[in-house]
Amino acid sequence: MATTADTFQAHTEEHHHDADHKPAFFARWFMSTNHKDIGTLYLIFAIFAGVIGGAISGLMREELREPGIQILGTVAMWLNGGTAVDFDQQLHLWNVLITAHGMIMVFFLVMPAMIGGFGNWFVPLMIGAPDMAFPRMNNVSFWLTVAGFTSLMISPFMPGGTGNGAGTGWTVYAPLSTSGSQGPAVDFAIFSLHLAGAASIMGAINFITTIFNMRAPGMTLHKMPLFVWSVLVTAFLLLLALPVLAAAITMLITDRNFGTTFFDPAGGGDPILYQHLFWFFGHPEVYIMILPGFGMISQIVSTFSKKPVFGYLGMAYAMVAIGVVGFIVWAHHMYTVGLDVNTKMYFTAATMVIAVPTGIKIFSWIATMWGGSLEFKSPMVWALGFIFLFTVGGVTGVVLANGGIDDNLHDTYYVVAHFHYVLSLGAVTSLFAGFYYWFPKMSGRMHSELLAHIHFWVFFIGVNLIFFPMHFLGMDGMPRRIPDYTPAFTYWNHLATVGYEIMAVSVVIFFINIIYAFVAGKKAPANYWGEGATTLEWSLSSPPPFHQFETLPVIEDHHSADNHIGPAPAHA
Amino acid sequence: MRIGDYARKRLHILSFLFAVFAMLAVPQAGFAQEPAAAQVSADATAADATAPAEASTDGYTPLGPDMIKGQPHPGAITFQKQYSPNGEYALWMHDAVLLPIITAIVIFVLILLLVVMARYNKRANPVASKTSHNTLIEVIWTGLPVLILVIIAVPSITLLSRQYKSAPKDALTIKVTGYQWYWGYTYPDNGGFEVISNMMPDEEAVEKGLPPQLAVDHRMVVPVGEPIRLQTTGADVIHSFSVPSLWFKLDAVPGRLNEKEFYVEEPGIYYGQCSELCGARHGYMPISVEAVPRPQFEAWVRSQGGTVGGDADAGESATTTPLIAPDSAIEGAPAAGPEPDPATPDTDV
Repeated sequence: MATTADTFQAHTEEHHHDADHKPAFFARWFMSTNHKDIGTLYLIFAIFAGVIGGAISGLMREELREPGIQILGTVAMWLNGGTAVDFDQQLHLWNVLITAHGMIMVFFLVMPAMIGGFGNWFVPLMIGAPDMAFPRMNNVSFWLTVAGFTSLMISPFMPGGTGNGAGTGWTVYAPLSTSGSQGPAVDFAIFSLHLAGAASIMGAINFITTIFNMRAPGMTLHKMPLFVWSVLVTAFLLLLALPVLAAAITMLITDRNFGTTFFDPAGGGDPILYQHLFWFFGHPEVYIMILPGFGMISQIVSTFSKKPVFGYLGMAYAMVAIGVVGFIVWAHHMYTVGLDVNTKMYFTAATMVIAVPTGIKIFSWIATMWGGSLEFKSPMVWALGFIFLFTVGGVTGVVLANGGIDDNLHDTYYVVAHFHYVLSLGAVTSLFAGFYYWFPKMSGRMHSELLAHIHFWVFFIGVNLIFFPMHFLGMDGMPRRIPDYTPAFTYWNHLATVGYEIMAVSVVIFFINIIYAFVAGKKAPANYWGEGATTLEWSLSSPPPFHQFETLPVIEDHHSADNHIGPAPAHA
Repeated sequence: MRIGDYARKRLHILSFLFAVFAMLAVPQAGFAQEPAAAQVSADATAADATAPAEASTDGYTPLGPDMIKGQPHPGAITFQKQYSPNGEYALWMHDAVLLPIITAIVIFVLILLLVVMARYNKRANPVASKTSHNTLIEVIWTGLPVLILVIIAVPSITLLSRQYKSAPKDALTIKVTGYQWYWGYTYPDNGGFEVISNMMPDEEAVEKGLPPQLAVDHRMVVPVGEPIRLQTTGADVIHSFSVPSLWFKLDAVPGRLNEKEFYVEEPGIYYGQCSELCGARHGYMPISVEAVPRPQFEAWVRSQGGTVGGDADAGESATTTPLIAPDSAIEGAPAAGPEPDPATPDTDV
């Protein structure tokens, strides 16, 4: 039966339908095979992990408020069950904090939220599929991520060399992570990455299969929403990059425990080999973290401009290009290890090339808004913030791409500023944009627009105060990953800590807004953003039925990539 | 077509910028010569500053705090002043090419966003257009960034090739070894003695008028105004030898010997810090380079028990006895680590 999406919408608005029979609590949330429930679990988990990772960065900013060691002793004593620890152990705790912050934010906040959370929730809805292709594997992915996080949380309480915990940095460079860190803490951290990596590989397989095989009739690849495109490209990056990480960290494990010498020069190994393997994964990883954000911003900008995305094909293939080029630029993380001059020239040139597709995306978003009828609803405000902040983070990437310039800036706070502008301000801003865009769809309750706007402005001011001064610190020579500094660096560090406090307030506003939505939020209609929202998820009720699209929606010829639910034009 | 018009207007500005950069790129070649001229005057000032050193009987007095040149400045918003030819070129590239370009891009995007918000909001433009393609503008915003990147690539590649110029054959070799958590500076051309450099305790640094956390007990002393072959290696884990005011950073990797030309134009003290996470006291292994004219350098070498040129015999003792015992800079902490064996590190370089 050929039913169009609009007739389908009427169908799903009958709430007491057989499809809405939900399993009991334990079966529903612990043995879930429903993509929406798993997506919700991922989002709750990511928020939980993000709060822990954010609290760790609060400890770090507090320590860096002024020169000297302020709070590490207290925190170390507290973690040690009340017994004071010696000075080196306090310093080791600093390294444990930076390691945990990095790993949590990358593997347990951004990736689960982007791909596990929004990807799970909206890829099937947007392509008109009833669920993911492998619902049980989807559940395994989620619980492996939780297991990975548990392993990472055990790590700080295990001996890790100088003190408790893994103090290797999220990059886990050998030989600091092998001969330099005795004790099981580093093994737990590495195992955590194994688990999270396995979970992501399964997730990637699931998304690729779903997107290739379960699109609604009539939805060709070139009619897919850009968010689905972004998740598809991301899934391929995951599938190709994570096995390399798995290999590298498995070699670390065997070097540590079974006497191999892959990365030990005394046995013919090479510490730089680890860096090549790690960054072959690590660079695509940064695009894994930002591409789904690109997709969400495209949907949001188009919705609130009430215009189709400008240059749809250019946007889709720019993401493909970013994904492909992302695999051949890894050594720009290693400019100072002693690379050959030709190697360095190649990686300089290749890295700068990525600016081109990224520029296409920025300009296309602006062109989408050009001529539009913009409504500054909360997701749109966050999206506009994203475009600006990501541009700032992107251009400092062009500076760092130059191998010769990097001889000064490598491993300084300039790098910290750069990647926080693209991730903490870029990826996280897009997460908040996506959250406000889809939260009423997921929960059935409207959040407060006012609080969401206040949240944006407080967050925007806070994060800029934290990270913009870091450019100055880096240019002035402050290295990364140090708990203490010479008094000359005090001024900007103090300002950054004040910025953190402002940002922390914004997170409180965010939680108040969620509570408000559940306690007093209005019921959300099916399409609460109006005429600009034209992808399939808006044809369903808010929240969508437990099982959706039992009769598949059909994408008709008159539907474009940007409009899957509109009626046929009258004159057609 | 309003977008197209707008972009074409921008295009004029960019072609103007291109012309400016092209003009700026011409004097690149001049940079190589310039430091040599600066050298003369720098030497003259150094002679005054180090005069007491020559007078002292032991032959060498370390430079005082008045000679600190490369160090961070409170509230600074840009790079430290550069004291090497490559550093000056790199700083020029950042200040004259990269910074204007990235600032222009950010401002351009910001203006576009503001214009869009002002002109195309719901009130100003109630009915949205349906434009979703414009081949010309898409070609422009793909082509223009490529052009800008090519402009950046010219000085970037030049800088890289300059940085990879090897030191002349007869250049002085200094080998830097990163240990957990201190630096060792070996002088294989001068009898192979190794100077162990630990961070100076904060109180002592403040007392001596030196920057805390950057000052060290024994500096790496180098001759000024001549190319030096600097080699780095790691004894335990990876460290990174970095001096921001000389635009110099080279990892010290176990099992590898990295090499790069090191050049200081003016006598003075230049600070840096270990720049690769290397364990607990990573934040406490600063680098302090003391650049002095050749005679003072030779006096310093002799004061360390090393040899210069002809007096090769005197060097024997230097290779057999450790000159400076490694000692932790941090109060109450265990010793900085096992004493490096002075006989091994430099012979097979």
